[in-house]
Amino acid sequence: MAEMRMRDALHDALREEMLRDERVFLMGEDIGGYGGSYAVTRGLQTEFGPERVRDTPIAESGILGAGIGAALGGLRPMVEIMTINFSFVGIDQIINNASKFSYMSGGQFNVPIVIRMASGGGSQLGATHSHSLEGMYAHFPGLKVVCPSNAADAKGLLKRAFRDENPVIFIEHAALYGTKGEVPDDPDFLIEFGKASVLQEGTDVTVIGYSGSVHQAIRAAKLLEEQEELSAEVIDLRTLRPLDIETVVQSVKKTNRAVIVEDDWRFGGFGAELSAQIMERAFDWLDAPVARVSGKDVPMPYNRNLEFAALPSEEDVVEAVLAML
Amino acid sequence: MKTETLTSAPATSSEPKDEQFERFLYQMLLIRRFEERTGEMYTKGKVRGFLHLYIGEEACAVGSISALRPQDKLITHYRDHGHAIARGIAPQRIMAELFGRVDGTSKGRGGSMHIFDKQANFYGGHAIVGGHMPVAVGLGLAAKMQGQDSVTMCVFGDGGVAEGEFHESLNLSSLWKTPNIWFLENNGYGMGLPLAKSVANEIYRLAEAYRIPSVRVDGMDVVGVHEVTEKALEHCRTGEGPYFIEAMTYRYRGHSMADAELYRQKSEVEEFRKRDPIERLKARMLQEDMITDRDYDELVARVEEEVAQAIQFADASAQPGLDTLYDGIYKENANG
Ligand SMILES: Cc1ncc(C[n+]2csc(CCOP(=O)(O)OP(=O)(O)O)c2C)c(N)n1
Ligand SMILES: [Mg+2]
Repeated sequence: MAEMRMRDALHDALREEMLRDERVFLMGEDIGGYGGSYAVTRGLQTEFGPERVRDTPIAESGILGAGIGAALGGLRPMVEIMTINFSFVGIDQIINNASKFSYMSGGQFNVPIVIRMASGGGSQLGATHSHSLEGMYAHFPGLKVVCPSNAADAKGLLKRAFRDENPVIFIEHAALYGTKGEVPDDPDFLIEFGKASVLQEGTDVTVIGYSGSVHQAIRAAKLLEEQEELSAEVIDLRTLRPLDIETVVQSVKKTNRAVIVEDDWRFGGFGAELSAQIMERAFDWLDAPVARVSGKDVPMPYNRNLEFAALPSEEDVVEAVLAML
Repeated sequence: MKTETLTSAPATSSEPKDEQFERFLYQMLLIRRFEERTGEMYTKGKVRGFLHLYIGEEACAVGSISALRPQDKLITHYRDHGHAIARGIAPQRIMAELFGRVDGTSKGRGGSMHIFDKQANFYGGHAIVGGHMPVAVGLGLAAKMQGQDSVTMCVFGDGGVAEGEFHESLNLSSLWKTPNIWFLENNGYGMGLPLAKSVANEIYRLAEAYRIPSVRVDGMDVVGVHEVTEKALEHCRTGEGPYFIEAMTYRYRGHSMADAELYRQKSEVEEFRKRDPIERLKARMLQEDMITDRDYDELVARVEEEVAQAIQFADASAQPGLDTLYDGIYKENANG
């Protein structure tokens, strides 16, 4: 165990996987000479050379497609998309090629690619640079969607992603890169996909988050305990596809209440899916309708106060819990 | 960088010329008859979805793909039956796919636009215009990084040239010197849109702009297409990076089965039929005493039989079980 920032945990995962498997290589915009927009890949080009840590032009469609082709050609590529916002420019490659090659070929081909992207708002970057699209990617069969909330999970899940035979969308909330946590240094430290983690046990309400919103959930649980003497169970989904609905349902059957926290827009967002699944599986145990605390239904504003108002906060979560009692 | 305009030239491979030409003739006849009968099967409702026939363009697939080796990779657009046949995939498996049956190349999950065959290094059948081009770069890159002697040929249409992926792919392949043959089937139209309204320059010149050696060839001449592809393959094998071929061709039938062909005159089609790739090779072979009329008739009969057999096979093949609906979305991991 060592305490480290999430960015360094991700760095170590990449480095260890490159050392373990010579088929692993990295491609992306400014991941080499510049060291990566969020410094995750810093130093790796010096260590592994410009072939295995390849600086690419600004051509999202081209490099995503090239990653898919390289995966089909026997390698284990990781393509870094600088931020998730730019994935729109290359999304056809992800949706029509990566996610469907296996099915459309009757299972003859598979695409073992890891696509990493930074996501999320909160840094006053305005509407084009503040998307949370975990739910959108989770919409597509054929993809796996991973969204860690802390350094240890980031490492274990990223290492696990390189051992998957299928395309993995690995989403890193930009606000979390600097957050610290204890991280195992065992090179075989892996976290299985489809296993949510119960971060805190509780009895009155289940608060569910993923990626950045896990932190609002944790802070809200603390406020609930301190101010309202309420005991919240906090669940971090860790992967949206596959989704560990079982852990969520077990918890809701115990607490009889569920609040979903997400940065993404509420309308048609992942929270809507999760809420429906809880309703389908645990309707008789619910004492109140499932509540969603989501990003507001607006393009992200630049102004600090407006942006803050547009994002879910721990106070919003507390309010939602109190409203369902 | 050289740009040249090639017309028919003698084949250079070690195979005796008459045998090689006969193979070309047979494959072109096979593709044409396959497509004609597939059109009939569509009218009968046996083949559904979008169906794009390759009739008229046979020399492109046969001439180019015959220059590839087994370890080379092929990826193409949705007008793909001809490429699949030329690559040696059994017509009966292609027909079974068109019928949506279990013995189809994708067990009925792909359809006409999505033919795949791993064993033949045939990476699809892609129906998003331009979308498969970056994948070709990656296949080339993987071969290069692993030191494999394998070239990836990517086939696409003139309509795809206006897509961003064409430009990104040419740029990347040139920058990274990937072993890619870019094979453009320029049939003059993207659906109903004539080339002049689609691309602002001659296409082979766009490739030049990316510093890719580029050749325009008569796509109705199978021998010429074969020869330039052999040359392209050699170029790619020596680590010089990609090579671009623009084959000028024409499709006789509509874009798909749902095309009223309002955008062109019948006379234009007739004009191109005079340059028919099959007639042309046949005439040459007769003239050079490589075959007799009787040999030709025998080839036609063989093809007729093979396609009839493919249809029978497809018709007899089972519908996929509904319990297999979810099969193949993900590949299972060795360790769960
Ligand atoms: C991205 C995208 N846009 C539009 C279409 C619809 N479409 C299918 S084929 C086609 C024309 C393509 O023409 P070309 O590339 O020249 O190929 P050809 O049909 O002539 O062989 C169009 C517009 C599509 N499949 N994909
Ligand atoms: Mg065309």
